[in-house]
Amino acid sequence: MKKQLEEILVAAKAAVAAAEDEGTLKATQVAYLGKKGALTAILRGMGGLSAEERPIIGALANEVRGEIEAAIEEKLSAVKAAELEKRLQNEKVDVTLPAKAKKPGRLHPLSQVEKELSDIFVGMGFSIAEGPEVELAYNNFDALNAPADHPSRDFQDTFYITPEVLLRTQTSPVQIRAMQGKQPPIRIISPGRVYRCDEVDGTHSPMFHQLEGLLVDKDVSLGDLKGTLEQFAKLYFGENTRTRFRPHNFPFTEPSAEVDVSCFVCGGKGCRLCKGEGWIEILGAGMVHPHVLENCGIDPNVYSGFAFGVGLERVVMIKYGIEDMRYLYENDLRFLSQF
Amino acid sequence: MKISLNWLKDYVDITADAKTIADVLTATGTKAEGFEELSEGIKNIVVGTILSTDRHPDADRLTVCQVDVGAGEPIQIITAATNVFPGAVVPVCLDGAVLADGTKIKKGKLRGLPSNGMFCSIEELGLTVNDIPYAPEDGILIIKEECHNGQDIKEVLMMTDHTVDFELTFNRPDCLGLIGIARETAASFDLPLKLKAPEYKVSPDAGKVEDYISVDIRNTTLCPRYSAAVVRNVKIEPSPLWLRARLRAAGVRPINNIVDITNYVMLEYGQPMHAFDYNYITSKKIVVRNAAKGESITTLDGNEHALTEDMLCIADGEKPVALAGIMGGLNSEILDSTTTVVFESANFDRSNIRHTSRACALRTESSGRFEKGLPACNTVPALKRALELVCLLGCGEVAEGIIDICNADIGERRIPFEPERVNTLLGLSLSAEEMEKMLLPLEMRVEGNELIVPPFRSDMERTADVAEEIARLYGFDKIPSTLYRGAAADGGYSKAQIFRADLKAAAVAYGFYEIATYSFISPKAYDRIGMAADDPRRESIKLINPLGEDTSVMRTTALPSMLDAVAYNRNRKAEEIALFECATVYFPAEGGLSTEEKQLVLAMSGKGDFYDLKGYVEGILDAVNVKEYKCSSAVECGFHPGICATLTKGKKVLGVMGQIHPAVMGEYGLAKDTYAAILNVNALLESAVSEKQFKRLPAFPALTRDLALVMDDAIEAGAVVESIKKSGGKALESVKIFDVYKGAGVAEGKKSVAYSLVFRLPDKTMNDETADKAVANILKVLEAESGITLRS
Repeated sequence: MKKQLEEILVAAKAAVAAAEDEGTLKATQVAYLGKKGALTAILRGMGGLSAEERPIIGALANEVRGEIEAAIEEKLSAVKAAELEKRLQNEKVDVTLPAKAKKPGRLHPLSQVEKELSDIFVGMGFSIAEGPEVELAYNNFDALNAPADHPSRDFQDTFYITPEVLLRTQTSPVQIRAMQGKQPPIRIISPGRVYRCDEVDGTHSPMFHQLEGLLVDKDVSLGDLKGTLEQFAKLYFGENTRTRFRPHNFPFTEPSAEVDVSCFVCGGKGCRLCKGEGWIEILGAGMVHPHVLENCGIDPNVYSGFAFGVGLERVVMIKYGIEDMRYLYENDLRFLSQF
Repeated sequence: MKISLNWLKDYVDITADAKTIADVLTATGTKAEGFEELSEGIKNIVVGTILSTDRHPDADRLTVCQVDVGAGEPIQIITAATNVFPGAVVPVCLDGAVLADGTKIKKGKLRGLPSNGMFCSIEELGLTVNDIPYAPEDGILIIKEECHNGQDIKEVLMMTDHTVDFELTFNRPDCLGLIGIARETAASFDLPLKLKAPEYKVSPDAGKVEDYISVDIRNTTLCPRYSAAVVRNVKIEPSPLWLRARLRAAGVRPINNIVDITNYVMLEYGQPMHAFDYNYITSKKIVVRNAAKGESITTLDGNEHALTEDMLCIADGEKPVALAGIMGGLNSEILDSTTTVVFESANFDRSNIRHTSRACALRTESSGRFEKGLPACNTVPALKRALELVCLLGCGEVAEGIIDICNADIGERRIPFEPERVNTLLGLSLSAEEMEKMLLPLEMRVEGNELIVPPFRSDMERTADVAEEIARLYGFDKIPSTLYRGAAADGGYSKAQIFRADLKAAAVAYGFYEIATYSFISPKAYDRIGMAADDPRRESIKLINPLGEDTSVMRTTALPSMLDAVAYNRNRKAEEIALFECATVYFPAEGGLSTEEKQLVLAMSGKGDFYDLKGYVEGILDAVNVKEYKCSSAVECGFHPGICATLTKGKKVLGVMGQIHPAVMGEYGLAKDTYAAILNVNALLESAVSEKQFKRLPAFPALTRDLALVMDDAIEAGAVVESIKKSGGKALESVKIFDVYKGAGVAEGKKSVAYSLVFRLPDKTMNDETADKAVANILKVLEAESGITLRS
């Protein structure tokens, strides 16, 4: 019987070794260890053995069973690993084929720049003020100290709805509304659409966007204006940006300045963007004219303030190197998808 | 305004170059646009004297000249010019010379004989007969100026100068003349201003100005001041070269001595002048008055202008002789025959000049200055300067006296001098003395706590203006930068601003690109989207003066602008278009004002259908927490009547969405189905759930029942969901539509809609029996209400 057991073991091992897949292995298991299997048959014949032989043969039989089981187990895991390997091979995809999901869109570059600038000023404690685009001539001109015969009031320059109502030519009337509604401290920026009678060309549009700022409080100085705009310029155009203030004239500020930033492409050495000057004109600014404060019921002997304004189109165009303003309103997807 | 540096040096001893002057004055508030060297390109052209002229042996039309160019041996030049002769002094382009237009001249051979350069004409020097009146228009310039052979022609013809071009601001009309710029230059460079009162000699035989003429101002508002003088025995001829050269540098064409004097004084003092031929002033009087009805004038440029009663003119006893402050009349023009001249130096109201100038479409150096509001104090000094030049040029005899009728305030003014306030405004700590010293070169002086301001500085009104003078002269760049350290303000974005940003971000996430379109549209756009004739949205705010019909009304809907953008991209072969705009729309309100609202307009074309759009819209609304709104079919202009829905929450209309009407697509040339949604941003904001509350996750399992229900085609599947929810009992957690079927097995005119119902109880496991009971009740109600049955 012992010999029979040894023969079964050899045969079973050979069968396991020959098996190539899980099914064959299962069949092998059944053939040797199943209820009608070869080993089971031997064990059934143990009744004919002597009391001395029985434990020996029994132990041997268990040993053989264990060995066969181990062999099957080992082979089974090898086969499974091989099968998984094969499946993974078959499932390989061409990762260079195009994606299926829809791409996200984009905000218009004007919106992006408006948000970037707004975020900086919000970070400095400004809030965002809004006002109507169809505005009183008083708020757009008179309250802002524009002389009654200033050319900008002409039909050639300003769109009128009635003699007293117009499409705002600047976002400054929002400042007037803010100051009329509240005593200082006031710290706002007002981004928005403005309108002027300009035919469309590469650098003009009858509708464009401004972002203006206003800060009014006690003891606000031109030095504060410089500091604020210098900080803004560094945050927006880079830490090494320098700022230059050139005296200028606006009706609603006194003193007034035009503000240049050092060219962020060449760093001030002179390049195509800055036309060799090293500086880019970017902002108009100044101390709020005392007439304007008075017009809004704020005492200029107690309070002072500064205001500044920037054309968003101009920032967009210099930031992205867009040479023709018309692109901004054509809404060509090939343009919009670049930003 | 171009300023000649040669001329500027009459008034300031400035040695700095043009670039430095431009930079420094820009930094102190007089912005330089640029600078240039006049005749910079002209090189190596010198004076030569022709010694001999011989006919070219091989060419009848060429002349062989020997020329002394001051270089020892004469040089040979061959010319085709016919006006050269031995002894003629001519400009000679030597080998390597460059003409005004950039042409380079090299020596060469002409028909076998060497030629070492060429003679040139005034045109080749970049000049005209206005600059050199004796020069022939065609032919070689025969130089009459004092000069020597070999001398640079630029020196001889006074062509060597630099100019700086200044862009002047509205508040500084006093800088519209060279003296104003000189004053700024002196102040900026800390140099003295060399200003002296003009001096001239009266001719005793010439009599008094009153013997010649009287002046009557009928409208002192439009003409606050009029000053006049008379010069007799005038000899009209070209001005001397130096004067012509200065006019030329300033970009003004020389004409004759008298006219040139008026222009010279205007450029120098900023005060426009005019000269009349006295013989054509009828009745010997000058009347400053509004034009009479029906009057007209032919101005010096030969154009006739019909005058209206609001226009100011200078008239004699009968007729207008000048359009006040703009241009003189042809009838009193200075001609070669003129013998007696009346000089006018007046001040006019700036808006009247501007309006007349616009109405007559006539802009001149004079009107351009008056429009900016000139100080009235300058008329007499300018007039005296003109008389000084008359004497200097020896071109006439000055009659005694000046007529000066003045209704303007031309005295110094006093404004408060508050050094402390100036320091506060600027963030500086200068002493009063330091400020005083800075203001002195601008002819402002301190007396006690007042600042005495010269009459030509009408812009100086109060302390802020003083602060500006201090700031610009001290140097903006030297003012220390500080940061405002006020009380913490209520900064940040408002709820509505954040909401709009979230909406836009959601649209972007769903693949829509933001566009920017004009707020004004054509009124025809309403027709194009099929808006009913009586739709109140056709009432738009209209511009009085639009650029054109296409931009003449403020839009009440942003759909037309959106469809234009879709069409624009479609025409450029874009395959898949998905656009949005958070657009402002404008509804008329009282007094011409507007009520402005925001619309979120979405459009897609080329891919997807109504249900894709619906999904994006629902997704965007979900992103901004707008929930539990109703979607129902609707008819709305611009949309397909069968593929259009409104979204409502209570009585609030959140928006409309659908497929664009085929007729509207045709109107915009859209070949592929286009879908759009118009959402009312404000309504969305008001409907959004701002407070979120955590809901405990379910503790017990749910049961699902799928029902295929057969109903009439006309019944909206969504309405059935509502019925199911109403009749499903408390355990019904959700109802979803997952299939719609028409065809075999379902009767004609009917459809089968599959609903998935989820039942769940909060406190125990849902059992089949309870669910079946709920379903039975639902089926009963549906059948009773709408004849809906379970599909067998």
